Amino acid sequence: MRAVVTVTGKDNKGIIAKVSSFLAEKGANVEEVSQTILGDCFAMIMLVDIADAQEELSSIARQCEELGEKIGMSIRLQHEAIFNAMHNV
Amino acid sequence: MFNKTEVLETVEMIEREHLDIRTITMGISLLPCIRESAEKTAKAVYDTVCAKAHDIVKVAGQLSGEYGIPIVNKRVSVTPVSLICAAFPQEAEKIGFALDRAAKELGIDFLGGYSALVQKGTAEYEQIFLESIPSVLAQTERVCSSVNVASSKSGINMDAVAQMGGIVKRTAELTKERDGLGCAKLVVFANAVEDNPFMAGAFHGTGESGTVINVGVSGPGVVKHALENVPSANLNDCAETIKRTAFKITRAGQLIAKEAAKRLHAEFGIVDLSLAPTPVMGDSVAHILEELGLEVVGTHGTTAALAMLNDAVKKGGVMASSHVGGLSGAFIPVSEDIGMIQAAEKGALHIDKLEAMTAVCSVGLDMIAIPGDTPAETISAIIADEAAIGMINNKTTAVRVIPVPGKTVGDTVEFGGLLGHAPILPVHTASSAKFVRRGGRIPAPIHSNKN
Repeated sequence: MRAVVTVTGKDNKGIIAKVSSFLAEKGANVEEVSQTILGDCFAMIMLVDIADAQEELSSIARQCEELGEKIGMSIRLQHEAIFNAMHNV
Repeated sequence: MFNKTEVLETVEMIEREHLDIRTITMGISLLPCIRESAEKTAKAVYDTVCAKAHDIVKVAGQLSGEYGIPIVNKRVSVTPVSLICAAFPQEAEKIGFALDRAAKELGIDFLGGYSALVQKGTAEYEQIFLESIPSVLAQTERVCSSVNVASSKSGINMDAVAQMGGIVKRTAELTKERDGLGCAKLVVFANAVEDNPFMAGAFHGTGESGTVINVGVSGPGVVKHALENVPSANLNDCAETIKRTAFKITRAGQLIAKEAAKRLHAEFGIVDLSLAPTPVMGDSVAHILEELGLEVVGTHGTTAALAMLNDAVKKGGVMASSHVGGLSGAFIPVSEDIGMIQAAEKGALHIDKLEAMTAVCSVGLDMIAIPGDTPAETISAIIADEAAIGMINNKTTAVRVIPVPGKTVGDTVEFGGLLGHAPILPVHTASSAKFVRRGGRIPAPIHSNKN
């Protein structure tokens, strides 16, 4: 099972490190990362494998949001099926 | 696979453009609950609804968390109660109260199905049942009621139409300390559908399976934003843009509907492709019409713009779901749409124009506050006009008007929450009483004879 993590907000030091270490802690394996910086806006998309995660997906998603609030970014973790459904026929 | 732009587009739709699943509605058949007395039936109804829908709120929370898309409402619709209590219609209220208790126990905001289908004629037990609607709506918090008075196949039951005018008035009177709020939970239909997930008109048809999940999607803000990106496109391209957007929205709905049905051990019923507004800024169907080039909704061109929007939403959505149903189209409830409220306040939106719009939108005259002294016969005549539009055009139409006790044109009424607020709209004052009192049945149109 895979999920997509999107991190958006004002560029700051150490965002990737903070998000990656949180995901590693939760048993999520990062498969792909892409990021863009437009002006001072940061957008990162990570595709992660969560097959080995011990917690429920919705619980990890909630903790991602909480981490986002703590570091002043918007962080969302969503099951990849929603993107496949909306963008692939 | 999807690309970066698509991921960010979905996130933007949810975070900024109010994309959401408007409702997950579980349809439950109450036919197995019929017992020899009202008390025993009411108990069976309560137990069945609580057992079948026990996890609906929990599952919706899980799905919302996993897929990152808000699920606004969790609801239940049931078999029309007039059928469940046909043997003891004088005690129908007991079933209504049991349903209200079940809704509270489940933690859902509305439960629909205190309903009767009388499009061809009103049986004696149904007549008694209809008279119980005002007091049930006044004494319950979450129960919604609907009555089907006409269909393209059977014509318009004008006796029921006449009766419903009085029932709407009495419902308003019995809830006058809340500005007639009971009427917001009462819909009078023509061509009612059996799988509608939206309130207040949801009920679980007798042709349906035992337990079904129907999902209503929404996203007026997403459609408006998509149109903002094509400011000088012609209407062909606008329609294409709406179709593409509706497709994406509906696919999200289909995914959630299938998963919800699986987890709740119910059948997947339909996805209702509706654009359902809320009073929040950025979630308005009226603003889509204005984005298409109207200075204010209600002006000339509104019906044409709405017709195009409604059709494009259906065309875009229909391929995105394996089963499309419910009402599917653009809703135009006045008090629940900030753009409609603004237009009504400016005096640009009148009940006659709204009636014309209902010929091309998904349902009908919806959440319209009218003067409290409007005669019952005038309300019946408004219902008859809507029913005629539905009957002739083979579409669902409905009337949900609130004759606000003690208020008149120039006043405003506040219903609160998703029900919103609205100025009182004037209705015609010339009498329709003689026409309504004739009673009988308006025959079905010639094109209903298709066999």
